[in-house]
Amino acid sequence: MGYVLNAVLWLPLIGGLILLLLKGDGPAERLLIKRWSLGISVLTFLISLILLFSFDSSSPAFQFVVDRPWLAGLNYKLGVDGFSFPFLMLTTALMPIVFLASWNVETRVREYFIAFLVLETLMIGVFCALDMVLFYLFFEAGLIPMFLIIGVWGGKRRIYASFKFFLYTLLGSLLMLVAMIWMWSYAGTTDIEKLLVTDFPHDGFRVLGFMVTGGAQTLLWLAFFASFAVKMPMWPVHTWLPDAHVEAPTAGSVVLASILLKMGGYGFVRFNLPMFPVASDLMANFVFTLSVIGIVYASLVALVQEDMKKLVAYSSVAHMGFVTMGLFSGTQQGIDGAMFQMLSHGFIAGALFLCVGVVYDRLHTREIAAYGGVVNVMPMFAVVFLFFTMGNVGLPGTSGFVGEFLTMTGAYEANTWVAFFAATGVILSAGYALWLYRRVAFGTITNPHVAEMKEMGRREIALFAPLVIATLYFGLYPKPALDAFGTSTAHLLTRYEAAVGERPPIALPGAAPAAAEAHH
Amino acid sequence: MLTAIVFLPLIGSLISGFFGKRLGETLAQWIPTGLLFVSALFSWIVFAQTLGGEDRLVRLFTWISSGELQTDWALRADPLTAVMLVVVTTVSALVHLYSVGYMAEDPSKARFFSYLSFFTFAMLMLVTADNFLQMFFGWEGVGVASYLLIGFWHQKDSANAASMKAFIVNRVGDFGFLLGMFGVFAVFRSLDFDTVFAAAPQYAESTFHFLWMEVKVLEAICFLLFIGAMGKSAQFFLHTWLPDAMEGPTPVSALIHAATMVTAGVVMICRLSPLFEWAPGALAFVTFIGATTALFAATVGLVQNDIKRIIAYSTCSQLGYMFFAAGLGAYPVAMFHLFTHAFFKALLFLGAGSVIHAMHHEQDIRKMGGLWRYIPLTFVMMVVGTLAITGLPLLSGFYSKDAIIEVAFVGKGWTAQYAFFVSLLVAAMTSFYSWRLIFKVFFGPRVWKDDPDPYPTPVEEAHDDHAHGDDHGHGHHELHPHESPKTMLIPIGVLTVGAILAGAIFAPGFIGDGYEEFWRGSIFFGPNNHVMHDFHYVPLWVKFAPFMMMVTGFFIAWTLYERRRDLPAKLARSQEALYTFFLNRWWFDQAYDFLFVKPAQALGRFLWKKGDGATIDGAIDGASMKIAPAIAGLLRRAQSGYVFHYAFAMILGVVVLVGLAVV
Repeated sequence: MGYVLNAVLWLPLIGGLILLLLKGDGPAERLLIKRWSLGISVLTFLISLILLFSFDSSSPAFQFVVDRPWLAGLNYKLGVDGFSFPFLMLTTALMPIVFLASWNVETRVREYFIAFLVLETLMIGVFCALDMVLFYLFFEAGLIPMFLIIGVWGGKRRIYASFKFFLYTLLGSLLMLVAMIWMWSYAGTTDIEKLLVTDFPHDGFRVLGFMVTGGAQTLLWLAFFASFAVKMPMWPVHTWLPDAHVEAPTAGSVVLASILLKMGGYGFVRFNLPMFPVASDLMANFVFTLSVIGIVYASLVALVQEDMKKLVAYSSVAHMGFVTMGLFSGTQQGIDGAMFQMLSHGFIAGALFLCVGVVYDRLHTREIAAYGGVVNVMPMFAVVFLFFTMGNVGLPGTSGFVGEFLTMTGAYEANTWVAFFAATGVILSAGYALWLYRRVAFGTITNPHVAEMKEMGRREIALFAPLVIATLYFGLYPKPALDAFGTSTAHLLTRYEAAVGERPPIALPGAAPAAAEAHH
Repeated sequence: MLTAIVFLPLIGSLISGFFGKRLGETLAQWIPTGLLFVSALFSWIVFAQTLGGEDRLVRLFTWISSGELQTDWALRADPLTAVMLVVVTTVSALVHLYSVGYMAEDPSKARFFSYLSFFTFAMLMLVTADNFLQMFFGWEGVGVASYLLIGFWHQKDSANAASMKAFIVNRVGDFGFLLGMFGVFAVFRSLDFDTVFAAAPQYAESTFHFLWMEVKVLEAICFLLFIGAMGKSAQFFLHTWLPDAMEGPTPVSALIHAATMVTAGVVMICRLSPLFEWAPGALAFVTFIGATTALFAATVGLVQNDIKRIIAYSTCSQLGYMFFAAGLGAYPVAMFHLFTHAFFKALLFLGAGSVIHAMHHEQDIRKMGGLWRYIPLTFVMMVVGTLAITGLPLLSGFYSKDAIIEVAFVGKGWTAQYAFFVSLLVAAMTSFYSWRLIFKVFFGPRVWKDDPDPYPTPVEEAHDDHAHGDDHGHGHHELHPHESPKTMLIPIGVLTVGAILAGAIFAPGFIGDGYEEFWRGSIFFGPNNHVMHDFHYVPLWVKFAPFMMMVTGFFIAWTLYERRRDLPAKLARSQEALYTFFLNRWWFDQAYDFLFVKPAQALGRFLWKKGDGATIDGAIDGASMKIAPAIAGLLRRAQSGYVFHYAFAMILGVVVLVGLAVV
């Protein structure tokens, strides 16, 4: 099946390359470009379905492995497991929606679509690379198209935003590169499968009078952490995200929120947790602190936003706080929940950015105050927007609940304080999400332009339909995804617990009190 | 059949919600209503079968499964569930029918019926839950339905504010519910009721570390779960949303904010009695909060002028009764009051709706009076409801409320004494404010003007707005109070029968000597809990006290609002501090706004501008300013036409990689 994986990976890029051959920039060519790109992404998705049907979620092993020698003694190695496969599917399933959402782009159409097709290959690459160097290449190269998408097709402050995005993420990655080189010199390989079973040293040593507990593992952990924390993004390195989202075109925001942010969390389960378990355990409280601050801080900031996209962006930061919290709880529920939360956030945050896009296309402003009473002219949109608002709030029955619930369950076992503060996010999210909804959808129409807004067309309905179905399906029956994650989590935890020991039960039972005497 | 009971309302909701326009108004109303009646019929059958000793459990499919955490979608019917099935579907069916008349002039009927049926579905999921998680699903589901229905008239700003408030305050409660649920899983490694209940006794003395404290496991869990109940059932501290929820259409108030949803907290405690029975501290807290709510809401109810708000505070107060009964271990008595209360309170609300309908959406009782001549049927039925709630012997409220007061008398500890004292006082207050409402609305001078005189526009209180007035058939300026249509009167009539008979018929089973056979395993009594036995043996004066209180309350109301109508104003002036304190609901809303809402916004703004803006970005921009200019030039060119070249270079690089791979 390796060749199928190869096909899924490279097809979008090849589709993009073929677009280079196309000449002319008339309306006919533009439409052709759009249809071609959509077709390629749909084809990619269809091929990835072959993988879906043959993926075995009860096996923790890497599947569909491709392994062949590459340059300089490195290997071109691909494969997926329970952690990465759902994200590969998320990417291939979401890209057709992204292209459909870009139907109204009229500037530099060819370049725009090439950038997204290239980006698709690079994103899929991140999730299926099984060689550290290959991973790094995909991970970093993904920055370039996104940088261009924001910088060229973005809003007014696109230059500032694209820079901030680029610098933040690049600087984080440099430390990761250094760590990778050290790991290669230690283990003698860049093969991720082999690195996963390498025990990196964790004996403490002294540097300039400071004791480094956890030794090399801690330093490696920190280097990877620097890169992934920015990608997540975690507080306090999150400030690039609101700016990037605000300036990015709608489709760019969708890709950013739904897929690019997931690379940070994926990196944590691929590298930090399994390769540096001792350091992960040592650093858990540090991560908890940042996560919880992130949840509360971002939620509070979201509460006072006046720009729709910024509000959704801050809500993303808060939701990603649940992810990091769950991951480093070192529990089955926490890690399963974190992975699931990322998947679910892929549907819900993506859909919310699409919602913003729908009204932006009509009113050309993201300012919340300009709206009000939208439900009167766009009832169907109001229903969709409400549905995803509720998903964002984490209503049981939507996929948003499952992840939040499981991550907090896991965190509770690790530290009740963490679950306590994270759960305040449940209250705050209701606050900012409903406040946004109320100001946009409800009330009487005060802005005359709102009265002229047209109900969603067929294309827009087609954008949301699959996302509504996915949010509801995984909310009611999350088992398929949880099974895939669960197998890999269990596998990871056996190694993790072997390194740091098992957690004692939170409370021990005593003797049952004397049997109830019969009462009269 | 159980599956049908739960899912028929969902089907009805989906049909009206998605095909309402195509089906037309009539079908969009009658399909959900019809399905609800079928569901109610089935519920009574299941109720009868359950009383015959037949429990059911239907497993649907897996929900969340992660490691040891395994939960199913499952429907369970035992006596506790069966009682709730009957209450929920019966009241809901009647309210659906009533709404056909009440909403006759509203343009969004399909939407209304869709929400109403969806609510019923969520409530049924809550009461049939077999595990904590599904209960939470129903819990939040009814919350959303309530949010949608309170804000049903979404053009109205006050309705939007009220619906948001209801959802958020409920979320504060859910915060407790969630933490309790995490605790349950952390300790018991399961969220299934049966597994947890079976293991509970072993953990009666266990402790664990929660936040900074080393606490008893079950005390902490029960306390946290009860916070959830406080939110849903509008108990003291988390009650502020309920009066505002009256912004919703009146049928909603009857169904959700009187008979069913707000009682979910009581159901929860009874369902979790196998946990609560091992947590005496948490039970004492339940008793204390319940009694305090009963008192607080009654004091506020004394002075309100909005007909729906008076009944809302009355609901809040009666819920307090149910809670302290449960807190004292008399779960069947709490459930019994829930049962009878559903009838007479839904009756009062629907009756109030009929009054409001007659008065063309006027809700201020100061602007009513002398209405009994004009709407005699409504009048008679409202009086029956009032007699039932105040506890006239042989009517339903008498059986359940007196039992609660007796339970408080025999209960142990200072919270029981407090509850007993409060419950007597509140009995008098209930009688007072209920009769005050009757006197102000149905007797006395006609304060409103008859056609053709223009009716003075109300000046106070935003909810007097006629939100859907534009679509209203009659003009606002004429007033002929008129009796409501049959679709409204029939449901009120059925509830009137229930309010009269429900107590006498069901008292022996629910709380009489046969209570153990009635409830079987669905309610658990700890080894030292004998309250269900003891309360039958109280001194005679305790048995008579509630009746005396009722008469006292009636007499005061009669004096103030019928004989000496000048007195209330004088009284208010002489006790101004107390009067304003009650009128402003103990200043809770203002306090919360000052303590939570304003600070949260200020903090959010501070973190955004100072935290993100000045500190984090300040530092980063400062650093990047040094590198930026170099790359900025590059980017300026990128957007001025060279982008294609960069993209091309980028792709070329990747192609080289592919090439190497293939080689």
